[in-house]
Amino acid sequence: MIAQLDATVARPEIAWDGLLPILTLGVGALLLVLFRSLMKQLPKAAADQAVPVIGGLTVIAMWVVGGFAGTDVPLAGLRDDLGDPLFFFGLLIMVGLVGWFAQYLRLSVDAALTVMIGLTSLAAIWGVWTDRYEVDGAFGLVGDQLGADGFSLVITGVIAGAIVLVALLLDDYLEREGMAGAEMYVLMLFSGAGGAVMASANDLIVLFLALETLSIAVYVMAAMHMRRSESQEAGLKYFVLGAFSSAFLLYGIALTYGAVGSTNLIVIADFLEQNRLVEDGLLMAGMAMLLVGLGFKVAAAPFHAWTPDVYQGAPTPVVAFMASAVKAAGFAALVRVFVTTFADHADDWQPAVYGLAILTLVVGSFMAIVQRDAKRMLAYSSISHAGFILVGVQAASDEGISSVLFYAVAYTFLVIGSFGVLSIVSGEGDRGTSLDHLDGLSTRRPALALALTVFLLAQAGVPLTSGFVAKFAVIGAAVEARSYWLAVAAMVTAVVSAFLYLRIILSMYLGQAEDDAPTIRVPRAAGLAIIVALVITVGFGLVPGELDDITRDAVPVLIAAG
Amino acid sequence: MSSLFAASSADVPFPILSALVVTPFLGALLMLVLPNGRPEYFKQVAFLVSGAVAGMTAWVMVEFDKHTADEFQFVDSAEWIAGLGISWTLGLDGISLWLVVLTAALFPLAILAIEAEHTPKAYYAWLLVLEAGVMGVFLALDLFAFFVFFEIVLVPMYFLIGQWGHGARAYAATKFFVYTMFGSAFMLVGILATAFLTAAETGNAVSFDLVYLAEEQALATTTARWIFLSFAVAFAVKVPLFPMHTWLPDAHTNAPTAGSVILAGVMLKLGTYGFLRFGIYLFPEASVYFAPGLVALGTIGIIYGAIAATMQKDLKRLVAYSSVAHLGFIVIGTFALNTEGISGGLLQMVNHGISTGALFLLVGWIYDRRHTRLIAELGGLQKPAPVFAAVFMVVMLSSIGLPGLNGFVGEFLALLGAFAAHRWWAIVAATGVIIAALYLLWAYQRVFHGPAEGDNAEMKDLTWSEGAIMVPFLAAIFVMGLYPAPVLERMEPAVDALIEHIEGNVADFDEADADQGEDLDVDDLKGLGKKKDSKATDESASAEGGAG
Repeated sequence: MIAQLDATVARPEIAWDGLLPILTLGVGALLLVLFRSLMKQLPKAAADQAVPVIGGLTVIAMWVVGGFAGTDVPLAGLRDDLGDPLFFFGLLIMVGLVGWFAQYLRLSVDAALTVMIGLTSLAAIWGVWTDRYEVDGAFGLVGDQLGADGFSLVITGVIAGAIVLVALLLDDYLEREGMAGAEMYVLMLFSGAGGAVMASANDLIVLFLALETLSIAVYVMAAMHMRRSESQEAGLKYFVLGAFSSAFLLYGIALTYGAVGSTNLIVIADFLEQNRLVEDGLLMAGMAMLLVGLGFKVAAAPFHAWTPDVYQGAPTPVVAFMASAVKAAGFAALVRVFVTTFADHADDWQPAVYGLAILTLVVGSFMAIVQRDAKRMLAYSSISHAGFILVGVQAASDEGISSVLFYAVAYTFLVIGSFGVLSIVSGEGDRGTSLDHLDGLSTRRPALALALTVFLLAQAGVPLTSGFVAKFAVIGAAVEARSYWLAVAAMVTAVVSAFLYLRIILSMYLGQAEDDAPTIRVPRAAGLAIIVALVITVGFGLVPGELDDITRDAVPVLIAAG
Repeated sequence: MSSLFAASSADVPFPILSALVVTPFLGALLMLVLPNGRPEYFKQVAFLVSGAVAGMTAWVMVEFDKHTADEFQFVDSAEWIAGLGISWTLGLDGISLWLVVLTAALFPLAILAIEAEHTPKAYYAWLLVLEAGVMGVFLALDLFAFFVFFEIVLVPMYFLIGQWGHGARAYAATKFFVYTMFGSAFMLVGILATAFLTAAETGNAVSFDLVYLAEEQALATTTARWIFLSFAVAFAVKVPLFPMHTWLPDAHTNAPTAGSVILAGVMLKLGTYGFLRFGIYLFPEASVYFAPGLVALGTIGIIYGAIAATMQKDLKRLVAYSSVAHLGFIVIGTFALNTEGISGGLLQMVNHGISTGALFLLVGWIYDRRHTRLIAELGGLQKPAPVFAAVFMVVMLSSIGLPGLNGFVGEFLALLGAFAAHRWWAIVAATGVIIAALYLLWAYQRVFHGPAEGDNAEMKDLTWSEGAIMVPFLAAIFVMGLYPAPVLERMEPAVDALIEHIEGNVADFDEADADQGEDLDVDDLKGLGKKKDSKATDESASAEGGAG
């Protein structure tokens, strides 16, 4: 019996270098825990010096991991780099500068380490993309269970980028709320690792496990604010409904297995390409359940009911993470399972996604108008953005996938920027998130008001911002797929949403701040996160060509290792 | 940004048109970094930047080759989003030339004429962004670029109305933004459909290049009609055509004076220009098909706007409604689809910019002095302010369309063209001219005549600096009224090319030409010239045929 097992469970081939982006996040989380427990033993003086050291180490880690990723003989490359004196001194200068900058930002050790892990993961993605993906194309990571393709790399990049920016936001937030500690960062890194696996999964079971890793960490993050009952409520609501949706997903996996005989996406895609099921009821039911389960994760109507409450209750930087990284991972799964795996059954699922998209767009934009709380407004607006991304999914084409990716990247930075500003403005205890608290922000903090204005206009789809190009790409994909009415409906709901963003802008510029309004302190780290988001939003709006090329290269492929 | 311009075409040494768009934008950025301590600098910088744009435009106007006014000149092209076939292409022909000149002239005057009420930094920065956007719309030869500029102008205008406006400014600004964006929502889908369907029909790569798409004419008739409608909604909101006009009186009334000047002067023309450049040029068949409907809407707008203007109690609102009427003339001229009509419409676009821009300035000055715009509270202003009254009279008469002043030429040509194409609508529209005289003269009478009482008796006359700002307006009013030929002769080749484009692509199109009228000697002469031309081309064609 044991011998038989040995024979069937062959050691899967593993491409370690390609796994580095994901490993950095997962192992980084573990190292963070370890480091924190060791830190307690260190004298205080050493802890104070840790941040610039971490900053310097970040540069070296990025260089080393980036060099290792995607290459078979990594050391040679690194040695060549060091042999070049110009590079060597450049590296030293970078180490010094970044170390000093980390000190300047007044980061906590935990935040600094998280930023380091996120940036290192980004460097690894860069390495895999340039050294491996652009040369050989997609390749398997772990047997036929995980694969690396442009699509998964971009989504992993989105997640790593979100981790970096949210860590910068979290730093001061945790201090302010008296929650300082490594837990939040560790959970975020685990969640991010889950999301990265989800984006690379070639098997429904792996997908499910990754989704749970991602979700459970986020449930806890949502409930992390112990002294706010809304936070507790948000965590519980998110957990119950999330578990509910996981059940749907799992049932969908089971039904699909029943219909096709495998949970492996490569096998499923092959099978469906070569066979036409006589009785496809089981497969239809499986696809429907999968759609429901993933629909919950991306907050598509009618599975969106948790979003407003959770977004309102959860700590604001966590919301930024949920709306960016979690959503991106959800859409990655949706695209991989439906657009790529069930490509031959597009006629069956397209109408369902069409309906979901319209409903999501309408619910998201119209419900947003009647809200009074800015966080709740943005929650509904994130629903309507999900609707837009679904429009791209519905196209079921390469054009559609690249538009989904573009939208996911653009939206990540938009939403982190928006919630970042809200997080700063809302003050202690996240109390000031109602629209009244934004009154007169333009006179109190003109730069913050201008930043939020840009983010909101970008969300509305005003040109010269990444939000516009994203909408343009999605609508383009829909038009190319001849879904004209969906495209028109999406644009009209975008106008409805614009009304909402204008309301927020109006209260910032025309509202009068109360005299006793608390002064708003802009922490350096959070300010940096907002500036980065702003530069990316405007940059991709002015010169979107580069990102557009990347998303065009990043078509998901189902491929096994070896 | 620099990479955008690196690849500009070789025959143009300096990308002058890109400079027209980018300069005001950079000026706005410069404004942001200027220190807040010296607020008086903001206006000067804004004036200098817009003045530089005006200078460059003057150079373009002089260098513009009127013999090839039917071609795009100074073309400036660079890749923008290569994967989607999107390019940064700017160009200028006889149709856009005068609108660009109008834009370049109005902005410095509007900046000079009105002092920002508060936060001058943001105020002038937004005005410069607005100038960049408007310039972009008039110059863009790529559908994507056009849409970008068409939409981006909403943002500065939104803030100008919202932050520096009066009365229900938040309401007006939001209404303006949402209305216009609603229109463009359809156009975006239309633009994408044009590009993708053309690519699907021809098998070529996707391109958003206007000239390519227009010359290709690859779309099926019904498809083109649907797409034309999607464009038409956006332009109709912007013009605004009845019944999409309701944002306009609110926006105008509550906007700050400079906002109103720019809104009336150039932004309303984005719609009518869009009809010409993107509606008719891209979809000639659909334009012919929908022309009667659009002429009908234009005529309704003329009559409705005129009657509504008559009823207004607020002087600014009256001018706003008069814009609805005037824009109606432009639309009926344009969709007469003959040389007279389109030239008249085009000329009227420029004229309306001059006269209504000046009217809004004057009304704004009255408001500055009297803090009211209600006609009932004004009266007898002629006595304390005779020069003001005289200038107001001239500008108003130009708006009415008095022969000898600029308004007459455009309105006359537009009506002439419309008469040839849609006789009965033109007759109805002509009554709009009479009502215009009625409401404007009546308003003038109530505001300037009669006894001056209370504050009205103390109203300050036009100052020297205000007078200096009015000089260019008055000069344009007289010059274009008495001798419009330099303007017309640069327009007409482009207009004729557009009509030839329609004739070449619409099988049973017959230009309803006003030349056939027997009582118009001048036009008969022009008609002869045209026949000679066609004969010449016939001969050359037959010569070629013989040689072959």
